[in-house]
Amino acid sequence: MIKVLKAGFYSTIQDLGRFGQRSFGVPVSGAMDSYSSAFANALLGNDKQDAVIEMTMTGAELQFTNPTTIAITGANMHPELNGKSIEMFKSIKIEPNDILTFSRLLEGFRTYIAVKGGFLTETVLGSRSMIKGVTKAIKIEKGDVIAIADYVHLENSKNAKLNFKPKILSNTVLEVMIGPEFYKLSQAQQDALFEQEFHVSRYNNRMAYQLKPLFQNNLEPILTAPVLPGTVQLTPLGQLIVLMRDCQTTGGYPRILQLTENAINMLSQKNTSNSLKIRLKG
Amino acid sequence: MSCQLRFLQYNECSILVEWPAIIDENMLQDILRFKNIIKNNCVKENIEVITAYNSILIVYSYTIDNINSVFLSLRALYESQNNEQLIDSRIFKIPVCYDAEFAVDIENFSKEIKLSKSEIIKRHSEAFYTVFFTGFLPGFLYLGGLNSTLHLNRKITPSLNVKKGSVGIGGKQTGIYPQDSPGGWHIIGNSPIELFNSKQNPPCFIKAGDKVKFYPITKSEYLKIQNKVLLSTFNSKKLIVND
Repeated sequence: MIKVLKAGFYSTIQDLGRFGQRSFGVPVSGAMDSYSSAFANALLGNDKQDAVIEMTMTGAELQFTNPTTIAITGANMHPELNGKSIEMFKSIKIEPNDILTFSRLLEGFRTYIAVKGGFLTETVLGSRSMIKGVTKAIKIEKGDVIAIADYVHLENSKNAKLNFKPKILSNTVLEVMIGPEFYKLSQAQQDALFEQEFHVSRYNNRMAYQLKPLFQNNLEPILTAPVLPGTVQLTPLGQLIVLMRDCQTTGGYPRILQLTENAINMLSQKNTSNSLKIRLKG
Repeated sequence: MSCQLRFLQYNECSILVEWPAIIDENMLQDILRFKNIIKNNCVKENIEVITAYNSILIVYSYTIDNINSVFLSLRALYESQNNEQLIDSRIFKIPVCYDAEFAVDIENFSKEIKLSKSEIIKRHSEAFYTVFFTGFLPGFLYLGGLNSTLHLNRKITPSLNVKKGSVGIGGKQTGIYPQDSPGGWHIIGNSPIELFNSKQNPPCFIKAGDKVKFYPITKSEYLKIQNKVLLSTFNSKKLIVND
């Protein structure tokens, strides 16, 4: 078991999401930065479906009641075990009563904690990913007790460690594909999208990231049509809305661009202090 | 009906198929037929097929290597389909209580469209609505066929909390909010029926191609049905008119 002593700003349980439920209007969900969450699971030899904790901006404070092994990836929130700094991107042995804390956000925006065998919270429609309207719990709260798989340390187990710093945190170029309504923009508007610099607005969450500044346009709304995480919608007011993992399944704004999977992961690690460029995937 | 379709790559692992940008019941049949053919053809693959008014989005669980060959095989599939085949369609009768307690916007709505409350209820509950697709929220049905005398643009200021079950009108559309949500539609009633239940798989019993008809109920009938829904003893099959 894990006891949640502090939840952090916005922490949820996430796996790969609810594939196959979108025709019922159910968002796919899943880890915002799927690369970092998969990385954390891989370090422990977990199944890629295993659920992890996703923490946003500030970290949680967790106490373990039984031995296990964990791995931390994504944003660097300066993790500490019993008050001593620990490394990220490495499997870490945990003893009963160990307390995991995070002191401050140094780089990136979302941190992932994987535990050997995964977090065993409620499965709804094939996934443990928390989201309003589908799962009972919509985020991790102080006082929660989260079940984890039983695990006994192996005598000679070597700690897996991968010695590199993922580019996902430092990269500032969003790779995109052309969206279905891209060609409704004028040539000048199309060019401007790839020349201009954009900033992450304060309207950013698991549903969508809005970019600044406004992008003037005269596009008409479309008949409500399917959208996916990574779809960039352009509103009549000029808001560029990048849909993220918890987005609706359909929308009525023109879809001018589509982020690659990599670009979604990268954007998930950005906050209001970041500026971005958009580049067409080669 | 056979349409000129547009096929395009949507992202690394999905393809969008587009029909002309109109809302049309015959086209809906064509879209749902194609959806079924795609699913039947890919039973061994883990794919997801999402439909809307004039599109199908096919999401594969892997990166598409050769996009042109997938386009070719999809086109061939579409051209091979038998236009005669009808999509199985059921009619659901959905109870709605139009009492003032639930119909928080009906007073204002009635003034705006210059129809009495009883006339609004009559016109809203006599029509057969076609379910075009599910989107916006889990279990939210996009219904076509609202009487044109009931059309009214959305509220200028959306409500921050529209109650679960609320039956509303927004523009040319009517629908039921399957969960508490912000929303800009005029609320004229409430249904005790649960349109989305995450404990069941599939979580929705009404799907694209089905028809929906509303029927007015009293507050006490509403409470009776609501109680059955809460105790999970309500059988949604009883709502089917033609089985």
